[in-house]
Amino acid sequence: MRERVNSGPGRVLIVVYGIFALSAGARAVVQMATKFSEAPGAYLLSAFAAAIYLVATIALVRGGPGGRRLAFVCCSIELAGVLAVGTASLLASSAFPDDTVWSGFGKGYGFVPLVLPIIGLYWLRRTARGSGARATRNVDDLAGHE
Amino acid sequence: MNETLGVVVIVAALAAAAWCAIAAARNRPPDLSHVISVAVVELAALVLTVVAIVAMIGGERPGEAGTFVGYLITFLGLPPVAVGLARMEPTRWGSVILLVACLVMPVLVVRLQQLWEATGA
Repeated sequence: MRERVNSGPGRVLIVVYGIFALSAGARAVVQMATKFSEAPGAYLLSAFAAAIYLVATIALVRGGPGGRRLAFVCCSIELAGVLAVGTASLLASSAFPDDTVWSGFGKGYGFVPLVLPIIGLYWLRRTARGSGARATRNVDDLAGHE
Repeated sequence: MNETLGVVVIVAALAAAAWCAIAAARNRPPDLSHVISVAVVELAALVLTVVAIVAMIGGERPGEAGTFVGYLITFLGLPPVAVGLARMEPTRWGSVILLVACLVMPVLVVRLQQLWEATGA
């Protein structure tokens, strides 16, 4: 079984990230173009989230050590962002006059924004074990590790 | 927007999703039958798009026409892109890619209908 970051389950991850980059990005652009003054904070946050999704998508497609590192940073920011914004939107809903991708822990998007970075981090971790030491992995398994 | 066509797309997408989920569960890559099931979804999406465009030419306008058209483009583009990516991944994960795309399609139909109804007219 190949354990490259950008193949197998990784390619599914890329598809989901791509869809999110597109939908969050397009939404942010429309919001900022048509009604930016209504909720500038929320729309800037949406745009930021979209940018993170886009960079994560590109990083996952590229793979390799650089791509993995970048993807790791993006997934971490996403997880922190969805947790922080999710909590903040519950505690102080007036601070968020319009929803963002991360409001209510990604409720408006079926909680995928919450689950996605966790799966991403898990996948990066799993392929880290597989990529550098694929040959020794079998040996590890035989030796009863893991 | 034509509600019957929306239902047709949703049913076709869910059926295709189930068919691809079975392939994924059985550890199979997508075969021609799965591509055809997604092609049926695309065909239904295409009919819905044409009907929506005809209605728009006829003077009906969704509230946020730009957003609506953006969703339409995504709606039409998603199945072919998913099939292309699934062909690059001839494993069970290719089936999962088609499954994901087929689950997103009903969401897009619902969003398109919401946008269409928000005419404010």
